[in-house]
Amino acid sequence: MNYNWNWGIFWQDNPEGTGNYLDMLLSGLKWTIVTALCAWVLALILGTIIGVLRTLPSKPANAFASAYVEFFRNIPILVQLFLWYFVLPELLPRTAGLWLKQLPNAPFWTAFIGLGFYMSARVAVQLQSGIAALPRGQSMAGKALGLTTLQTYRYVLLPMAFRIILPPLTSEFLNTIKNSSVALTIGLLELTGRARSMQEFSFQVFEAFTAATLLYLMLNAVVVLGMRLLEKRVAVPGYMTGK
Amino acid sequence: MFAGFDFDVIVRSLPYLFLEGMRFTITLTLLATFLGIVIGTVLALMRLSSVPGLSQIAAGYTNFMRSLPLVLVIFWFYFLIPYIGQWITGASRPITVGAFASALITFSLFEAAYFSEIMRAGIQSIPKGQAGAGYALGMTYRQVMQYIVLPQAFRNMLPVLLTQTIILFQDTSLVYVLSITDFLGAASKIAQRDGRLVEMYLFAAVVYFVISFLLSRLVQRLQARTAIIR
Repeated sequence: MNYNWNWGIFWQDNPEGTGNYLDMLLSGLKWTIVTALCAWVLALILGTIIGVLRTLPSKPANAFASAYVEFFRNIPILVQLFLWYFVLPELLPRTAGLWLKQLPNAPFWTAFIGLGFYMSARVAVQLQSGIAALPRGQSMAGKALGLTTLQTYRYVLLPMAFRIILPPLTSEFLNTIKNSSVALTIGLLELTGRARSMQEFSFQVFEAFTAATLLYLMLNAVVVLGMRLLEKRVAVPGYMTGK
Repeated sequence: MFAGFDFDVIVRSLPYLFLEGMRFTITLTLLATFLGIVIGTVLALMRLSSVPGLSQIAAGYTNFMRSLPLVLVIFWFYFLIPYIGQWITGASRPITVGAFASALITFSLFEAAYFSEIMRAGIQSIPKGQAGAGYALGMTYRQVMQYIVLPQAFRNMLPVLLTQTIILFQDTSLVYVLSITDFLGAASKIAQRDGRLVEMYLFAAVVYFVISFLLSRLVQRLQARTAIIR
C-alpha cells in the first residue's frame, strides 16, 4: 500500500482553530455521547408508555400503540431525520415553523428527538415482550390486593419487566449510540462526522477512521461493562440471570 | 397545510425514482442479503467449529463489526477498497471501484456479522443427536452440515433472516452519505433540484413504509406457516 501514514497528525492544529485534530475527534465523541444519552432517555419514556399501552386490555390503546410502533419501525432512520429536519418546519404554522428553523443547534435537537422516537418503538416492543413474559398471576395478584391498573404496572409489572429485559435494552442502547452517527447527514458534529471532516481537511483518511473506530469500541466496552454491573445489582433472585 | 403542495413533481420524477433509484436499492438489498447469508453461514460454522483459532477469528470479526456504526463502516470501505484492490491486482495506483461495487462489498461484509449470529442460533437450535446420527451413518462433516443441519437451521431461522433483510433494505438508504443514487438519493436529488423537499421526503417515507410494512406482514404469515409443531 503506497499510503503515507502520518500518526502525528492528531497533534497538528485543526483548521477550525479549536486545538489539534485529537481535540476535534474528542468533541465529536462528546456530541455522540450527549445525543445518544438524551435520545435514550426520551426513548425509554416514550417506549415505556407505548409498551404499556400495547399490553393494556383496551382495543383502542393496543391499536394506537401498534400503529405507533409500525410507523417508527418501517421508515429508515435517515428518512425520519429528514422528516423532522426538513419537512416538519414546513408543515407547522408559519411562526412555529420559523421558530424551529432558527433554533440554535437545530441538528442536535433534531437528532435527539428523531432518534428518541425511532428507538422508542424498539424499546416498546422489548418492554411488551418483557411484560408478556411475566406469569399471569402477577397482575392478578395485584388486582386481588386492590391495586389499580396504574399501581399494578408501577409496583408489580414494570419493575419485574425492566429487569428481565435489561440485556436486550443494553443492545438497544448500543444501537442508539451507533445510530447517532446517521445525524451527520443533518450536520450534527458527532464522532463519525468529525472523523470525516478530519479526513477532508488533512487527507489522512485511515488515521482519522482508525481513531474513530477505537473510540467507538471503547465507548461500547464502557457501556457493556456498566450495564453488566447494573444487571448484577438488579438481578431478580430465582431467575436464570439472578443466581 | 397541503395547499402549497406540488404533487406533480412526484409524478414527473417517478421513472427516475423507481427505474434508477429503487432499482439500485433493491438490487443492492437482494445481492447483499445473498452474500451476507453465505458469508454469515461460513462465519457461524467457524464460530461453532472445534478447530483452534477459527472460533476466535469469527467471534472477533462479528463483535467488531457489530460495535461500529454502519455509516463509519461505509466510509471505511469506500476509502479502503481501492487500496485493497491495488494490493490484490498489483496495480501501481489505487484502483477505482464503482459506487455499486463499493456499496455491495460494504453491506455484504457488514450484514454478514448480523446474519452469522442468526445462523449460529439456527444451527444451535438443531438437537445434537441429529448431527450424531449423521456421523453414525458415516457422513462427513460437510455432508452432515449440508444435508442435515443447515437446511433445518435455515428453515427455523427464515423469518428472522427475512426480518434482517427488511432492516438491510432500510439500511441501504445510508449510502446517501456517499451521494449514491439509491431510492433516497434520487428523491433527495430531485428535492434539491426543484426545491421540493417536503413532497419528495414525504413520498420517500411513504414508499419505504409501505414496502417494509408489507414485507413484515408477509414474514408474520410465513412464520405462522413454517412453524414446526413439536
